[in-house]
Amino acid sequence: MALWLRRSSKHIIKNLMYSNYCRNNITTKTTTAASFLNEKADVVSPVFFVGRRFESTKAAEMRIDPQFYSSEEDEDHDDLLNQGMDFPGGKVMFTSEMSFISEHSDKRIPCYRVLNDHGEIVSDESYQQVSRELATRMHNSMITLQVMDTFLYEAQRQGRISFYMTSNGEEAVNIGSAAALSYDDIIFPQYREPGVLLWRGFTLQEFANQCFGNRADYGKGRQMPIHYGSKRHNFFTISSPIATQLPQAVGAAYSLKMDNKKDACVVAFMGDGCTSEGDFHAGMNFAAVMEVPIVFICRNNGWAISTPVSDQFRSDGVVVKGPAYGIQSIRVDGNDALAVYQVIRAARNIAISEQKPVLVEALTYRVGHHSTSDDSTKYRPIDEITHWKMAKNPLARFRQWIEKNGWWDEERDSEARNTIKQEVIQAIQVAERMEKPSLLELFTDVYDKPTNDLQEQETSLRETIQRHPKDYPAFTYSL
Amino acid sequence: MLRILRRKSLPVSMTVREALNSALDEEMAADPTVFLMGEEVGEYQGAYKISKGLLDKYGPRRVVDTPITEAGFTGLGCGAAYYGLKPIVEFMTFNFSMQAIDHIINSAAKTYYMSGGQISVPIVFRGPNGAAAGVGAQHSQASYWQEFPFVITFPSYATQCYAAWYGSCPGVKVLSPYSSEDARGLLKAAIRDPDPVVFLENELLYGESFPVSEAALDANFCLPVGKANIEREGQDVTITAFSKMVGYALKAADILEKEGINAEVINLRSIRPLDRATINNSVRKTNRLVTVEEGFPQHGVCAEISASVNEDSFDYLDAPIERITGADVPMPYAVNLEKMALPQVEDIVRAAKRACYGYVPK
Repeated sequence: MALWLRRSSKHIIKNLMYSNYCRNNITTKTTTAASFLNEKADVVSPVFFVGRRFESTKAAEMRIDPQFYSSEEDEDHDDLLNQGMDFPGGKVMFTSEMSFISEHSDKRIPCYRVLNDHGEIVSDESYQQVSRELATRMHNSMITLQVMDTFLYEAQRQGRISFYMTSNGEEAVNIGSAAALSYDDIIFPQYREPGVLLWRGFTLQEFANQCFGNRADYGKGRQMPIHYGSKRHNFFTISSPIATQLPQAVGAAYSLKMDNKKDACVVAFMGDGCTSEGDFHAGMNFAAVMEVPIVFICRNNGWAISTPVSDQFRSDGVVVKGPAYGIQSIRVDGNDALAVYQVIRAARNIAISEQKPVLVEALTYRVGHHSTSDDSTKYRPIDEITHWKMAKNPLARFRQWIEKNGWWDEERDSEARNTIKQEVIQAIQVAERMEKPSLLELFTDVYDKPTNDLQEQETSLRETIQRHPKDYPAFTYSL
Repeated sequence: MLRILRRKSLPVSMTVREALNSALDEEMAADPTVFLMGEEVGEYQGAYKISKGLLDKYGPRRVVDTPITEAGFTGLGCGAAYYGLKPIVEFMTFNFSMQAIDHIINSAAKTYYMSGGQISVPIVFRGPNGAAAGVGAQHSQASYWQEFPFVITFPSYATQCYAAWYGSCPGVKVLSPYSSEDARGLLKAAIRDPDPVVFLENELLYGESFPVSEAALDANFCLPVGKANIEREGQDVTITAFSKMVGYALKAADILEKEGINAEVINLRSIRPLDRATINNSVRKTNRLVTVEEGFPQHGVCAEISASVNEDSFDYLDAPIERITGADVPMPYAVNLEKMALPQVEDIVRAAKRACYGYVPK
């Protein structure tokens, strides 16, 4: 990167040292709150901040007591060795014992859960009761997600859509987190979180429209299936590259902060594979340094296409990466919808009230294949898949709990599944029959206003179609 | 000093650096959603002092010193642009934008289209582009050295022109100013533009001083995007250039004048959208074309202009189109090699003469 050639004048070194040193030391909760809540502080704060920065870096100007440079005879004095010292970045205590921090702690970070495998509540006092209405809505949504996945996956197999990705096994992460958020929270998804959009009111018809790329698709037929996006639902359009949404999410959170919006945060989803990308590091680091209201939710489902987590990273999962950036983190049982709900609610509160990032690792399992282009039986044992599909099914566990409460039964379940099934089939049929987008949409939204080049190309295309109508079947295209 | 015809010579002159600084200042004052971020933009006053004084005036929320991750802060800028802010992302040089090119193209340029028009990205990416300072200080650098007594130099792999790279991508606009008036007008237009804009400056021009018109001093002064400027009118041959090469083209035009060739110099100002109309109209008048750029020859801006003129004004050409570009090698550092790797005024003069069928040893 940049090579700096410095002349040996002192003021240059001073200048360089003042940049970006030890913000950690000076920013406290009250400092940030004051400067960002107070409009006027915008005028005052530059001096304030600059002054604070200079203060902390004074330490770097080597105000070290000469006795620290003394010879071996002073090594016997314990009081000297117990002293700390101000390095750039803050005060550290010295130690005379050389020890490397182990790459693994003795125990893995424990995983928070509320419901055990039999649907019984085992949590501590921190658990807050969920209402019947909310619980049944959550279960209904999980069923809808599952049924939608089944039929759209089938549609791809039948050649009616080109591609699909299911969220099998991750329904609890999807719906549990969605239920804990407000509609003002801005979602930056990876691509396996359609349940969040579903919760917010995106209809089955709207999902199908995007998959078929028809005229009603909000994406105007420009994206492959499952790349949903809806500004109305505060759900940012999905793009395929992994982890690009993380720095973007931090930027949006910064925008929220500048707006002084105190009742909303940004929620960025990612998978386990995502944590290997450079953008993960940038996003996490920035979120911490810029102190923005964001909740990072990592769906650690064990597999990134065919790469198991043991080949993805060597850390204790993703939760331990948070503290490395100075970010509060928690691990939760991703197959326990209640636990996910509790944790995301709490994380959201922290992010908003303290205006800082939070990392949540939800442990779960990707029951389905990575996508319709994948056959996961080629790289993992079938009994492993079956085990997670049957014995560890998140819907089954949640259902046991709501049935115990008398809020649900077999009849309601099959009725719900039937109704939803009919709706999904209907939606697919309607979407399939609908016209494709107008050819003119090829040229719109490239820029705010089309440039001359684009207008010329569009005119040229129209003329070509008029001259050769047989090459452009009228029933699929229209101008 | 430059002879600029068709403009009243006025007492006010400013350096490109001052022009950019004032444009940033005025836009930030006018619109509270505009903010600047990049490495060294705040406390250090900018790696090239373009953002001098802005941190003190607007505070650290609007002038953000970022950690060293182009990919990170570019992505962050895109995210901020999605939801209501107008970021100006500064790259220390455009070579470092390579680390962020995924975000520039996929997160910025394509998003309006791929979201079905739901998410617009009013972001500006700016910074120095092309070959930077060699060892020999040029005259325009003298005052710069006195004021800022240290120089940032980059390894030779880091001195490339990116106009053609970004110019090939739909969804992004690419601007490249030459004079101070260009710098002010185009940067203001870029910041106000709802589309993502790549703004290619030139380090060697920062210290150069140009006269500016009265109109250019106005806080609302904007130049139109997608319009080239005819810096010098002529009848015999058209020379197109952008950024630093405009200065070289003008010098070449002066030399050609003495030899009886009247050259028309076009300052492109806008790489994308390219002002094909102005270029073609000029070629239809002069019938000969020399295109100049600092970047690599293959798939360059000159190649695009060449193709455009071939398509639209074939019958008007009296000679093959001449391209003067940088050499097809990574940029060497040694002064003598650097000189050979970049277009020089003599190259432009010789090309113009060739286009005019004069005898010139090639």
